[in-house]
Amino acid sequence: MSERKTVLQLTGVCKRFKGVFAVNHVDLNVQEGEIHALLGENGAGKSTLIKVMTGVYSADSGRIELCGTAVSPQSPLDAQRHGISTVYQEVNLLPNLSVAHNLYLGREPRRFGCIQWRRLQKDAQALLRQFDLNIDVSESLSSYSIAIQQLVAIARAVDCSAKVLILDEPTASLDAKEVVVLFRILRSLRDKGVAILFVTHFLDQVYDLTDRITVLRNGEKVGTFNTAELPRPQLVAHMLGKELQSIEAEKTASRSDDTANTTLQVERLSTSQGLRDINFRAQAGDAVGLAGLLGSGRSEVCAALFGLAPLTEGQLSLRGNHYRPKSPADAIACGIALCPEDRKIEGIVHPLSVRENMILALQAKRGWWRPLPRHEQNQLAADATARLRIVCSDPEKPIGELSGGNQQKVILARWLMTHPNVLVLDEPTRGIDIGAHAEILQLIRQLCAEGMTLIVASSEIEELVAFSNKILVLRDKQLHTVIEADAISENAVLAAIAGSN
Amino acid sequence: MNRRYLPVAVTAVLFVALFIAGSLQFSGFASARVILNLFTDNAFLAITALGMTFVILSGGIDLSVGAVLAFSSVLCATLVENYGWHPLQAFPVVLLLGAVFGTTMGVLIHTYKLQPFIVTLAGMFFARGLATVLSEQSIAIEHPFFDAINNFGFSLPGRGWLSSATLVLIAVFAFGTWLAHFTRLGGYIYAIGGNSQSAVLLGVPMGMTTIAIYTLSSTLAALAGIVYSFYTASGYALTGIGLELDAIAAVVIGGTLISGGYGYVLGTLLGVMTMGLIQTWISFHGGLSSWWTKIFIGGLVLSFMIFQRWIAVGLHTRLQQK
Amino acid sequence: MQLTHLTQHRLFLPLLALTIILLANVLFSPEFFHLEFKDGRLYGSLVDVLNRSAPTALLAIGMALVIATGGIDLSVGAVIAISGAICANLLNSGFDALPLVIFAGLAAGLAAGTINGGLVSIFGIQPIVATLVLMVAGRGIAQLINSGQIITFQHEGFAAIGVGTALGLPMPVIIAVAIFLLVQILMRFTALGLFVEATGCNPTASHYAGLNVKAIKFSVYGISGLCAALAGMIITADIQGADANNAGLWLELDAILAVVLGGASLAGGRFSLPLTMIGVLIIQTMSTTIIMSGIEPKYNLLIKSLVIIVVLLLQSPTFRQQIRQLFGAGKAMQGDRV
Repeated sequence: MSERKTVLQLTGVCKRFKGVFAVNHVDLNVQEGEIHALLGENGAGKSTLIKVMTGVYSADSGRIELCGTAVSPQSPLDAQRHGISTVYQEVNLLPNLSVAHNLYLGREPRRFGCIQWRRLQKDAQALLRQFDLNIDVSESLSSYSIAIQQLVAIARAVDCSAKVLILDEPTASLDAKEVVVLFRILRSLRDKGVAILFVTHFLDQVYDLTDRITVLRNGEKVGTFNTAELPRPQLVAHMLGKELQSIEAEKTASRSDDTANTTLQVERLSTSQGLRDINFRAQAGDAVGLAGLLGSGRSEVCAALFGLAPLTEGQLSLRGNHYRPKSPADAIACGIALCPEDRKIEGIVHPLSVRENMILALQAKRGWWRPLPRHEQNQLAADATARLRIVCSDPEKPIGELSGGNQQKVILARWLMTHPNVLVLDEPTRGIDIGAHAEILQLIRQLCAEGMTLIVASSEIEELVAFSNKILVLRDKQLHTVIEADAISENAVLAAIAGSN
Repeated sequence: MNRRYLPVAVTAVLFVALFIAGSLQFSGFASARVILNLFTDNAFLAITALGMTFVILSGGIDLSVGAVLAFSSVLCATLVENYGWHPLQAFPVVLLLGAVFGTTMGVLIHTYKLQPFIVTLAGMFFARGLATVLSEQSIAIEHPFFDAINNFGFSLPGRGWLSSATLVLIAVFAFGTWLAHFTRLGGYIYAIGGNSQSAVLLGVPMGMTTIAIYTLSSTLAALAGIVYSFYTASGYALTGIGLELDAIAAVVIGGTLISGGYGYVLGTLLGVMTMGLIQTWISFHGGLSSWWTKIFIGGLVLSFMIFQRWIAVGLHTRLQQK
Repeated sequence: MQLTHLTQHRLFLPLLALTIILLANVLFSPEFFHLEFKDGRLYGSLVDVLNRSAPTALLAIGMALVIATGGIDLSVGAVIAISGAICANLLNSGFDALPLVIFAGLAAGLAAGTINGGLVSIFGIQPIVATLVLMVAGRGIAQLINSGQIITFQHEGFAAIGVGTALGLPMPVIIAVAIFLLVQILMRFTALGLFVEATGCNPTASHYAGLNVKAIKFSVYGISGLCAALAGMIITADIQGADANNAGLWLELDAILAVVLGGASLAGGRFSLPLTMIGVLIIQTMSTTIIMSGIEPKYNLLIKSLVIIVVLLLQSPTFRQQIRQLFGAGKAMQGDRV
């Protein structure tokens, strides 16, 4: 293995946002002719690391070497010129241009000031044939499936003399047959000596395709392993940060399961986002954890409960009443709240102030004609700031100026003000500092004690185990296992996530 | 047929249908004269609309074209009448000033990240202001060269007259087609309109392309101003008010997607001709007043927008099904 | 520190611009500030500026809301023509009860707003094109109503909207101030203002927070249509005639400009009606100043466009940074907020 030439070498790369390490002294070594998996849960630092390599961000410290020479790409284009090409899940080509034009944009063959379309199309056809792709290259890119678009993107990257090919979740929107084609091409590229960095959350594919694995967690490198020598449970343990053997079962107070007291009942839930046949029940004071790897359906359950994805089958009931939300507004009116996963896009409303962000949902629930008086808003904001220990000198500050942890607390405050019966939290501790992390866990326990029902989706098994009295383990958008009360332990959850069918 | 050509095809069908309807309804409608007059009467609009096509293809907008046309016609008239320049000396100056004007707007838009809408709005005030400062009155142009050019042309069967304006129009559209479909710049313009972030990643020089687009639009508007000064044999600061709207409408009717990335130069020509045909039809009709033109064109723009929206949604679901 | 805070306040730039223009008047044409009270109303250039600003001010109020949601309304000029045409024809037709005429005018504005709002929020068509339709077709419709004529009328009650006096001020000023106060109260004493801003800042997050984003977008176009209809009635009453071709021509551009001069971003977000009003006053004062100061009115547009470019550049972060680098990095660092 080690005789192979190193193509890409990262040494001690760091990147901080607002003082918090997103990537902390990470080393990475990608060799010629290997497919190297980069793994980690959301927030582990994968995407930040990729953005550093492709010049979207510049590293705060550390070195990037390409074939032995230090480089510091200033932009994705600059990175490409150095030979680092990236193919993203959402294809970064131009849907309105023809396939051939996409392949050769900016380097079209010309004669007498005219693009030679015929030659260009012949070249394109020939290039794609190397990728076993026989398509009409004069058709616009958007008329082909995502899989073909991705292959076109890979073809362009390789043809632009890529030394390193980074594939960021390339298989997320492909079906099984398309994945087979993609993998065959990746293997043949590997055999030709291209270094490939493969980011995915499908563990089967990692074992199917890759030679080595580097695991990141919380912005730090856990290690680099030979795929063949790393058993699957071990890999999951690395990703989730707990060694399987060393875990001691922590007791959670067991509760009596009382059907009469059910707050939320989910029966045969299937949605347009692909969830299939999910059943569970939660009562007042329950904290139900949703566990599973990325893409297992955690967020989809949250979205379904909040009226963001139409139900295709099954039914929900809330305190015994039929419940079928058509929009977030419906869900809020019925006493459900959701702290979304993507704080920046779905959560905060920047540049509105912290106060305005806090009262937004409560105000929406009251309607525009019944405004909260300003002194009440100030009081609510002050109370929430104190209760959630939000570090914010002035509630009139634009919310974007707060740290991630404090932004998350503001969103939590927004929902607590609506006094929900059921609070759904999707990755409530993602990307926030340790202090805020502990405080949010504390808050979850406290809210349960007050009789609220919490549904918490998280990739942090440790925290799920710490507060849940019921954990639903999801796989492939289906309910895999339900672990309840005394049976809850990190071991049990890990086993359920990693275990084979 | 390729789905990309559908909007243009629809416009073509509409044009032909209107022409046939007019021919059946009125005698003398189906003649080379009517068709060729469409070219002569709308040459200035078509040239402006060509520039607008490139701007809209790139996802921008240029509100200044009407004012630039007015400025150019007044400058021509002033130079020729008040300063005694030969028109052939005046034209390069006019075109160059038009180009500089567009370049400036392009630089403002690209460098300072200002919105095209507001920059070209200011540009519209500026050009109109310059034109007014040059002359508030209409200046009639009397120059042998103007007469010569206006009289130049070819007679065609069916009492048709291939005028010099038509020849300019044909040359400009040939140039536009070459630029859009046979040069790298053309590809870059489509690329920016398709997805500007991806375009950057694919190495499209954003600054150069943006500046080129607005330079081109203003230069063509200046050229349209010259053509217009021939057409009316005068220069007037208040001509071309609202021309930018007609140009945008022609581009939309010609099947170009207003959000950029999709459309053809030929479509715009068809769009202008369709608008002209509606006007001709109304004038043949006699009973309908001129304002029906605006209502028809508004209705056309609306139906084309909803039609395009429908195509877009159709494409989207088709992709999702895959 | 204090000074940088002051210069970064949202009111600073627009107010500075207005002050500079007013100061120019002190120097060049002191009679600008002359006020006189006779026949029960105030006269003078300042009153004139306010009076002429009224239609633009009304449009700008609606436009500010539309722009705050990330949209734009190009059709307001055409709506002016339509509402004017409807009122003038009603006045000549015998159905000339004042409340009925006003109601009909407003209904036309609301109908236009409904079309725009529907295209934008339900069909999801880009605001610029959606409102372009009415901008083009609207004037044709107004001409259709007027049968291509300029319709004049004799009606004291209606004319009072344009030329009457109330509380010592011209009626248009009173109407504009009243609508400004009404909308300001509607926005700031209910939660509407917050909802409009939230929608413009982040529509997705606003939807997640339970706002009905579509309804909010829909309603701002309705308000804009109503404001335009009112402006149309003022303009029609002022000349006691409806001119479908020229009534309110290009006023939509002035209105958009006023909103931008007031510091709003065309991308949507924060809006301020008082600042928008300052923007309107800047535009009108500038025109009046140019006339009063003896500069020929033909320079009006030229100066206006240069002022716009300067104000736009001052709002551009890139330009500010260049200026800072030009005037020494050391001093600039203090003002920098990280």
